[in-house]
Amino acid sequence: MSTAVALEPVIGIEIHVQLATRTKMFCRCSLSFGDPPNTHTCPVCLAHPGVLPVVNAEAIRLGIVAALALGCEIAPRSVFHRKNYFYPDLPKAYQITQFDEPLGVGGHFSVLQPDGELDVGITRVHLEEDAAKLLHLSSGGRRAGAEQSVVDFNRGGTPLAEIVTEPDLRSASDAAEFLRQLQQTMRQLGVSDCNMEEGSMRADANVSVRPVGSTELGTKTELKNMNSFRFLERGVEAEIARQVALVEAGERIAQETLHFDPSTGELHSLRSKEEAHDYRYLPEPDLVPVVPAREWVEEIRSTLGELPVDRRRRWMADFGISFEDAEVLSETVELGAYFEDVASRVDPKSAANWIRGELRSQLKDSGTPPWESRATPERLAELIQLVGDGQIGSSAGQEVLAEVVASGRPPAQIVDEKGLRQIQDSDALGAIVYELLAANPKEAEQLKAGKHKLIGFFVGQVMKETKGSADPKKVQELIRERTS
Amino acid sequence: MESRTAEESIAAILAGETSSAELVEDAIRRSEDDPWGAFLARDGERARARAKEIDAAAERPPLAGVPIAIKDVLSTRDLETTAGSQILKGFRPVYTATCVERLEQAGAVVVGKTNMDEFAMGSSTENSSYQLTKNPWDLGTVPGGSSGGSAATVAARQVPWSLGSDTGGSIRQPAALCGVVGMKPTYGAVSRYGLIAFASSLDQVGPFARTVRDSALLLSHIVGQDPRDSTSLDWWKPIEMPTAERLDGVKIGVIQEMLDNGIEPGVKAATEAAIATAEGLGAEITEVSLPSSRHGIAAYYLIAPAEASTNLSRFDGMRYGARAEAEDLLEHFERTRGEGFGPEVKRRIMLGTFALASGYYDAYYARAQKVRTLIVRDFVAAFENVDLLLSPTSPTTAFKIGERVDDPYAMYTSDVCTIPMSLAGLPAISIPCGLADGLPVGLQLSGPAFSENDLFSAAHALEQAIAFDATPAGVA
Repeated sequence: MSTAVALEPVIGIEIHVQLATRTKMFCRCSLSFGDPPNTHTCPVCLAHPGVLPVVNAEAIRLGIVAALALGCEIAPRSVFHRKNYFYPDLPKAYQITQFDEPLGVGGHFSVLQPDGELDVGITRVHLEEDAAKLLHLSSGGRRAGAEQSVVDFNRGGTPLAEIVTEPDLRSASDAAEFLRQLQQTMRQLGVSDCNMEEGSMRADANVSVRPVGSTELGTKTELKNMNSFRFLERGVEAEIARQVALVEAGERIAQETLHFDPSTGELHSLRSKEEAHDYRYLPEPDLVPVVPAREWVEEIRSTLGELPVDRRRRWMADFGISFEDAEVLSETVELGAYFEDVASRVDPKSAANWIRGELRSQLKDSGTPPWESRATPERLAELIQLVGDGQIGSSAGQEVLAEVVASGRPPAQIVDEKGLRQIQDSDALGAIVYELLAANPKEAEQLKAGKHKLIGFFVGQVMKETKGSADPKKVQELIRERTS
Repeated sequence: MESRTAEESIAAILAGETSSAELVEDAIRRSEDDPWGAFLARDGERARARAKEIDAAAERPPLAGVPIAIKDVLSTRDLETTAGSQILKGFRPVYTATCVERLEQAGAVVVGKTNMDEFAMGSSTENSSYQLTKNPWDLGTVPGGSSGGSAATVAARQVPWSLGSDTGGSIRQPAALCGVVGMKPTYGAVSRYGLIAFASSLDQVGPFARTVRDSALLLSHIVGQDPRDSTSLDWWKPIEMPTAERLDGVKIGVIQEMLDNGIEPGVKAATEAAIATAEGLGAEITEVSLPSSRHGIAAYYLIAPAEASTNLSRFDGMRYGARAEAEDLLEHFERTRGEGFGPEVKRRIMLGTFALASGYYDAYYARAQKVRTLIVRDFVAAFENVDLLLSPTSPTTAFKIGERVDDPYAMYTSDVCTIPMSLAGLPAISIPCGLADGLPVGLQLSGPAFSENDLFSAAHALEQAIAFDATPAGVA
């Protein structure tokens, strides 16, 4: 049987972000990445007999920041549960997480797109602890045929916020873009450094397909732990293609958990619905419910500042800069602030062009970020103004910028010292043009006869004569006047 | 050497009549002469060193170097801590429980660890995987449990006092069966950090002693909030040393349900005699009903095993404790836990696992929590009319070793009078109130949360009037 009905994918994402606390979720061990194994452990995170968890208040605060940024309601009371299963990376044999009473519920996140906005519902934000890290050792260093498995408990107990979206995404690229903008938001709020390679941001995707127009959800599969935007996009694409092919062949989708292998592009089943664990959730009796004071939540809300999405929206509306400019310039809080400072002094579009173009390329080698460079917003704005007013040409502008970046001196001073100011005086330029036309009669005749290409030759001669300080536009005008 | 109470010992040390070293040496000698099987581990060397240190100090700490024994469920650094289980055989903790640390700072000297039912699951200490503990009053009977070793050691006068833990009666019931004072504080009064968890929402550490005043003294040094235990409470009223001799104006409610079915005649008679004594001291006696308490055992045997099933999951042989040889991961878990846990522990893990299973949670665990709420309400209603409640501690005196091992339900009913207070998180104390056929009977007084001072006060007045002065044969 085959179906003629068009199918649409339905995607929801679950994201784990590692909270940027100093210490672990339930003990005072410091967090680390890349330190020698098992150097950040204590009886609590190793689950010795008799120990008890104590909640990290900073993790609660960052969880609230994340939930508020996603427009969630902060629950007046949220509860930690034990999620039970045996595995060597889980020392208590239960993970402390939140279950039916999470920290935040019912938010949404706007994903800015070149042609509008995509609103993604946020089901919930909850807090939990990470498991330890299992390493499989073999002489060849590969997991297959590993001779030994060892555990590094440094990561065990790291605070995580889990963010769950509604099934509001309709393509793999939308899913990746959502994740990119979410990453930017969480980074700028200091919730997490969201480094996908180091695992401080991990994403799972729930994927199903259904006939276009249907409001029912198809059977979903879960794609686990994709550790880059590209893998997420490719994995989801592969899974959509797999499901569409199955449905079109008249087969059923099995509910299962899948792993995407980016090296082969293949999907492997990790477990089916029947093999799913019964986690035997139990309210954690060692902890009291989280009851954040209303005033504290409001205080946190007041410290959020302008969210990246709002900033980008404002720049596009008020400054008239493009979607792409806004995307690049809002990459970090500091870059955004730098841009705003320059844009408040000169034409914002020019500001965006200079920062993204010439300034970026000149700073590339040193790796200095713009806001730490000698090209302060004030200096850059002065330079942009000189170019905008036609006082100097754009190539002279580049030269001046190099000097500003090197010395931090005022651009006007550099321009004067180097004699870069363009000759705007029509009489002076006119005299030079007259002389050159006279000195090159053959070319002048050809130009008059319609060989327009030769205009470049004369402009070049004028620029040479004036050591580049003439305004080329003006020169062109004058040559035209005298040869037409 | 004559055995003193803790209070007498401190006075004698301060008066220069004896020293910590001498008392500790005597306790070590007595703990080594242990026909009752009270001790699992001894720490003579460190105890002697500590006593010497205290004797030499310019200023004596409040507990002056008096020896103490600790139930093996409490973590003690470098001193083997097994919770009575093979799965922790040879386990030496890297840290000390908050309550033990507080006692050591106050000048108590730990001489050893006492026997118990494995993971505090039991009412006779017969579930210890190491040894039996015998009741000093009759070596053919059990000392009660799960803190049987801590009760027996005080009854046998090896040490003046000890620490136990009480989840559904594990301090009060063995105290009753051994003829000593046992006290379970309000839930949250004593930090649980370092107490190997059985049922987290019920477990409380508390004292065993020969007198109510010693009980109060010991508790006064272990109560108080602990930043390492989120469920510990800010203890704003200090525990006072009781002095009351009368009970004038004290309203005492006798729990009807606990004087009816299943109470041995001897226990009932001793309890009624104590009620008469209380009345003679000026107490106003009324009858009180706790209708939901009859469901206490059923609720308890869902909630406690449910919590235990997850608390005991950490014993997987990965990081510490016993570990079985296995070919793969599943076999490792199965064999380590299969060989490491005893039958009663396995029974409760199975029960708890079932009660929490998806699809059964509402019918069992959630329902049991509702019953718990009803029991709390019964107590709240009762305490609107009375100050304290009175009942027997245990429906029977000490039973024969082996008598109930094959009948879990009979064993579970040992705690019928103590479980309701545990479920409600209330403080309760058991004091000896007489003998029945030569075996001690315990009287239980319980009060509202935070009523420790009132409880100690009433218990002290009754203790003085009852003047229970019998000692087990062969104990001096």
